[in-house]
Order: sequence, then structure tokens, then C-alpha cells
Amino acid sequence: MVLKVMSSNQAIAEAVKLAKPKVIPVYPITPQTTISEYLAKYVADGDINAEYIRVESEHSAISACLGASGTGVRVFTATSSQGLALMHEIIFAAAGLRAPIVMADANRALSAPLSIWNDQQDSISERDSGWMQIYAENGQEALDSVLMSYKVSENKEVLLPTMVCVDGFILTHTVDPVDVPDEEEVDKFLPDYNPEHAYLDPKRPMSIGTFTDPDYYMEARHDMEVAMEKAKAVISDVSQEFADTFGRKYDFIEKYRSEDADTILIAMGSICSTIKDVVDELREQGEKVGLVRVRVFRPFPVEEIYDAIKGASNVGVIDKNFSFSIGGVLHNNIKSMMDVNAAGFIVGLGGRDIKPSHIKEIVEKTNNPSDKPQWIGLNKEEQ
Amino acid sequence: MELPEKEFLAPGHRACAGCGATIGVRLALKMLGENTVAVSATGCLEVITTPYPETAWEIPWMHVAFENAAAVASGVESALKAQGKTDTNVVVFGGDGGTADIGLQALSGAMERGHNLIYICYDNEAYMNTGIQRSGATPYGASTTTSPHGKESFGEDKPKKNMPMIMAAHGVPYVATASISYPEDFMKKVKKAAEVDGPAYIHLQQPCTTGWGYSPAKTIDLGRLAVETGSWILYEIEEGEFKVTYRPIQRKMVSEYLNAQKRFKHLSDLEKEKIQSHVDAICVELKI
Amino acid sequence: MVAIGAAVKEPGSTRKNKTGSWRTFKPILDKETCIECENCVMFCPEGCIDKNYDIDYDYCKGCGICAEECPVKAIKMERE
Ligand SMILES: Cc1ncc(C[n+]2csc(CCOP(=O)(O)OP(=O)(O)O)c2C)c(N)n1
Ligand code: SF4
Ligand code: SF4
Ligand code: SF4
Ligand SMILES: [Mg+2]
Repeated sequence: MVLKVMSSNQAIAEAVKLAKPKVIPVYPITPQTTISEYLAKYVADGDINAEYIRVESEHSAISACLGASGTGVRVFTATSSQGLALMHEIIFAAAGLRAPIVMADANRALSAPLSIWNDQQDSISERDSGWMQIYAENGQEALDSVLMSYKVSENKEVLLPTMVCVDGFILTHTVDPVDVPDEEEVDKFLPDYNPEHAYLDPKRPMSIGTFTDPDYYMEARHDMEVAMEKAKAVISDVSQEFADTFGRKYDFIEKYRSEDADTILIAMGSICSTIKDVVDELREQGEKVGLVRVRVFRPFPVEEIYDAIKGASNVGVIDKNFSFSIGGVLHNNIKSMMDVNAAGFIVGLGGRDIKPSHIKEIVEKTNNPSDKPQWIGLNKEEQ
Repeated sequence: MELPEKEFLAPGHRACAGCGATIGVRLALKMLGENTVAVSATGCLEVITTPYPETAWEIPWMHVAFENAAAVASGVESALKAQGKTDTNVVVFGGDGGTADIGLQALSGAMERGHNLIYICYDNEAYMNTGIQRSGATPYGASTTTSPHGKESFGEDKPKKNMPMIMAAHGVPYVATASISYPEDFMKKVKKAAEVDGPAYIHLQQPCTTGWGYSPAKTIDLGRLAVETGSWILYEIEEGEFKVTYRPIQRKMVSEYLNAQKRFKHLSDLEKEKIQSHVDAICVELKI
Repeated sequence: MVAIGAAVKEPGSTRKNKTGSWRTFKPILDKETCIECENCVMFCPEGCIDKNYDIDYDYCKGCGICAEECPVKAIKMERE
């Protein structure tokens, strides 16, 4: 095993190189930009044999992905924040047309006010689009998730696109050691994409993107929900196969010292590394604290989360996003889907730093919960 | 020119009786043949041809949204290229709204990047699918539901956006205007567009019985009147070389064209004269 | 059951929809008069006049373009 030190963005680009998409339409935006640059260079150097389309917008990036995917080839794109919001219309169309696109999202706050820094509002706002969503904790997981996502998305039982989300700057621009898998092994794990459900081929003409009346639309959407449910088993199988091949196992959730914990925090993405440190520290002081990291956000792993937290007395859910009048979306998904009392916390919007002291404050407030979601880390005069 | 027999747009589609759009598509596809992939923008053509679970298309066809047909086609073309299928034609059918307004950015990008595709704007001079709202391609004086005539208004108060010249400014190898009423001229242009290596743009005028307000039998007649009065000029720009491809023997008065349509019925003689002198100025310059 | 992504795999399947029922006027083509110029074939929005100048009344919507564009008036529109 050769470990190379790289950012998550480079790790994602390495994954794309291994996944061998035929068409890569991509448009730069901070903090995704270096993905678009790495891929341009790989194509220029002949390391990826693909058509790289220098589209004039993210809207066209995802549209070109859809056209290419409709033609029966594997595709990749990446974006962030404003770019993802600009794609919004076609994000829904991609899922509805059942195109197994894999896209990376470098999580960044949405304007206004303008911010280039991290939170997860961009991808969370696309949660009802029919895309699967993975939130990675580090570069290795980002790379591995891209590879696994193609296999899940392209599965005939699923045929839904996947968004692999990495926290902007925190992951996209900091480096970690990453094990880049061997090309031959990846080829075996992830063979060519061979669509049957829809492809543009003059030898077998079909029409993709038709107009449905009320007799059909609801069934088409329901079929997507069925596929999203079926994706759960496929994700498990693919994870296992990946673990057997590459030695790294990823579940829907990661349980960190949560088995016997009285207090469990739930969160997604890079913040979990900070939480793990705090958990270790508090454990040393005798506090029974644990973490449940939600890795797969769609399909939403209700049973897995519930099983992991049902024994705890106090549960605190941390969101880097916010739904007005409601609170954090992960928090609300958990509260609405399972019988637990969970406190909700909003943190880190627009890149607001999350210190270990904030996590300790959250643990404290989880043990003494209030009804309303609490904003942690606001400047004092704002509170 | 011999008219290829095979039809690639099946009947049974839901277009209004006398629709000019389907005539244009039928003729274009006859020239392109079966080794063709079509992409449509949202609009009349898309809605009338693909009422699920039916389709009128006999060739592979894709639609995603209103403003992105050129971007979708960019992906299709690139994917075909990546698979070595460079002999397949990629044709886009976008309405005037999907082309001159909301789809202009995606089209500009596709043209500039040099994808080998044929973009045909079927121009019925308004948003017909949504009920005759004005577009950038709506001509001066036309009454639409969003540029209605009234006490304070004579209808659309801006001239038609010069879409083909915007395309020409992209330096693409082939740009042409056409009319469904001059099928040979149109079909020749489609053939040329298919033969050039790189992007080609054809702006096809297509009278619309519902939106323009005339009896369905007159669709071809109206297209002819547009050209014979100099209101719509047939030309092509091949590798930068501009050429008028059809000159009326004796230009007719523009009022003959205007008076045949409900959308211009409200115009005063003064406004009609204004339109005439605008047409005259262009025709004199082009020696039509 | 809706096809995955609502794709339609049967090309030309709008043929199931017989638009002939829309018609109020019916074109009658007199082959004796016809000079085989192909105008009607070219301009029919339904593509329902074949190379033998037979009109497929299953689909003809009765728009009257063919009659209008026939140079020798070989097509007459008759009320259904
Ligand atoms: C983003 C978006 N905005 C608006 C619409 C509504 N819409 C659908 S078709 C259409 C007008 C189409 O006009 P045009 O491109 O001229 O085609 P036509 O219907 O005239 O053939 C509009 C406004 C839409 N589908 N998508
Ligand atoms: S509204 Fe016009 S363009 Fe649309 S189907 Fe009817 S005739 Fe054709
Ligand atoms: S009346 Fe119209 S639809 Fe019928 S055959 Fe003639 S042109 Fe075609
Ligand atoms: S237009 Fe008239 S003359 Fe020409 S082919 Fe048709 S029926 Fe015959
Ligand atoms: Mg229009």
C-alpha cells in the first residue's frame, strides 16, 4: 500500500481517473475549482481518456452530463454552492431521468451574504431531488465513496445519481495521507457502464425525457422512492465488496464510542473529526459520550441511526444547515423518523470555526436540552 | 431535389392542425436520415411529440429542459465522439424562446466550443406552448398575450432579435435562415449543415396558425408571404461568406403579409408604413 | 408501471392516436388531375400523404394545407 499525501479534491480527481468516465463537463467554483483543474490536467496528459467539456456554466455542466449519460457513457462533474444552486432544475431532472451520474460537491455556504466558506446548506437544499448523498469525513473516504457510488448508482435496481459531499476548504484544501487503489483492482470492482433502461442509439431509437400527464407522473416519482429504498441493500453489498477488495469498510453510519454512551452526538462530514477528539477527551474524564456519524444521508438510514442511539439518555444533533422556523435538517429528519428526544444545534454556517469548546458546550446542552434548536458559536452580542 | 420517402416523425402527434413546426422537423429529418440523434428544448414540439407512453420520434430523441438543449446536445455529441461514433448526426430543435431568450447562453457556449452539431431554431415568433407570450424573436408590432395591443400600446415595441447574426458572430462554419415554405432551400441547407465539420445553425421561420391567427390551410402561404414581402430573408453564411439564397422576383407590400394575420390586425397605417420602411432599408442593402 | 425515467422505447408510437377524428373537412385527392408535384406530400404536417398520393385518413387532421398548395387544384376539401 502506497500512501500519498493529498487534498480531498485531489483524492476525488484520482477516483475519477480510476472510474474512467467518458465525458467530464465541469465548471470551476471555489472550493471545488482544483477538481476541475486536476481533471483538465489528467485529460491533457492523457491520463484520463475522456471528453472534457469546458462548459459555460454549471447548468450546462449537469445538462451535458445528462446528455452524455443518456448516450450510455459514464460521466462525472463537480460543483459547489452557487453552482449547485444553479444546477437545481437539472438536478431533479437527472434523478427523474434515472441517470447514474456521480458528482462531487465541495460544501460551501449559499449567498447572500456571499461566502466562499464551508457549511452544508448547498447539498442539504437538494435533499429532495432523488439523488443519493454521501458526506465524507476525509480524503480517503471521498475517493472510496466516488468509486462505490458509481457501482451503486449504475445498479439496475437503483439508477439514481449520487452526490459525494466534502466540506469546503476543511477537506478540499487540506492534505491527508490517501491510499490510491490499484487501477486493475478498480477495473475489476467497477466494470464499464452498460445501460439498458435508456440510451440514445440510432439502432434502437427511444425517446428520453417525455411529457407525462397525471396518469403517470406520480408512479414515476414513486418508482424513484422504491429505487431509493432498494439502494440500501445495494449500498451494503457494494460496501462489503469494496471492503473485501480494498480493505476499507464503510457503513451508512459510523459509530464512535457510542455503544455504551449516555450522550450521543450525531453529525455529518469533517466536523466529526473534531467531535471524536472531544469524545476521547471527555471519555478520559469519565463522561460516557459517543458519536454517530451519518455518512449516507440519502437514502436515509433510519434503522441504523435508531439502533445506534436508542440506548442513550441524551442525543444531540449537529447541523451545518438550517431550515427556517424548523432548525437543522438532519435533526428534523431524525426527530420525524424515530421516537427519540434529540436536541438540535446549528453550527459552522459560512465557515464559522467550530472549536472543541463548542462541542463541549453542545454536550453540556444535550444533557440539559431546551426545546428550540440552538445556534452555537454566534458572536456574543448576537445571542 | 428528390424528396426522401422515409418519415422520421410519425403521425398521431398532438400538434394543432396545420402546424408549421412539424413540417419543418419532417423535412429536416428526411435530409438527416436514421443515423441521427435529436435533442429538443421544452416547447410546443417537445410536448406535442412525446405524450408518454407515446412518441412520434422514429430516431433517438432526448429532452431535458427549456434552456439547455444545446448543453444536452454538447454532452450527447461528446459522448458519441468518445465512443468513436462520429458519423451520427446530432440535431437540436429549439423554439425561438428556447433559443433566443432562455437558451441563448447554453447555445453560445456550445457554438463557441465547436461541437459538431446542427442547431435548428424553429421560429414561430413567440412562446406558443405556454399560450402566445412574446419572445425576443417576436416581431415589431405583433400583439401577444404579454405584449398586447391596447389604448397605450401597439403590441411588441422592439424589433426582432437578430439571432442568426448573433450565431454568425460566433464564427461557426455554417449559419443559415430558412422557411418551411421553401422546402428545397431549407433541405439543401440542412444537408450542408450536416456536412460541415463543427457547429451549424439554421434559423427556420415557421408560421403558427394558433399564435399568428390565420386559417390552418394558410401556413405555407404565410411563410411565403413573409419571404416575398422581404419580411424574412433567406440567406446563408458559409465560412463567413454571406449569400442571399432566394430573391423574390417582385417584392410584395409588407401590408399583404401583416393583414393576413390577427396578431397585426390592430396596427395603424402609420405603424405598417414604419414596418415597410424598416423592411425596405434592409432589402435595399441586400439588393432584394 | 411506468418505464424507468418515463422513456418510450416504441418509436413512432403516436400512431396509436388516430388524429383523423379531429377532422371537420376531408381532403379528397383526384389522381386524374394530379401532376405528381409532391407539394402535398412535402407540406402535410402529419406526413400522412404517401408516395402514391394516398391520404391516410386515420391521421389527416383536415388542415387543408394540401388543397391550398396543390398547383392544379387536384385536392378538394369536403365537409365530413
Ligand atoms: C425554466 C423554465 N421557464 C419557463 C418554462 C415554461 N415554458 C415552457 S415552454 C415555454 C415557451 C416555449 O417557447 P418557444 O421556445 O418559442 O417554443 P414554442 O412553444 O413556441 O414552440 C415556456 C415559457 C419552462 N418550462 N422552464
Ligand atoms: S401552437 Fe403553433 S407551433 Fe404550437 S403546435 Fe400549434 S400550430 Fe404548432
Ligand atoms: S388536410 Fe392537412 S393533414 Fe390532411 S392530408 Fe392534407 S395536409 Fe395532411
Ligand atoms: S399537390 Fe396536387 S398535384 Fe401535387 S402531388 Fe399533391 S395532389 Fe398531386
Ligand atoms: Mg416559439
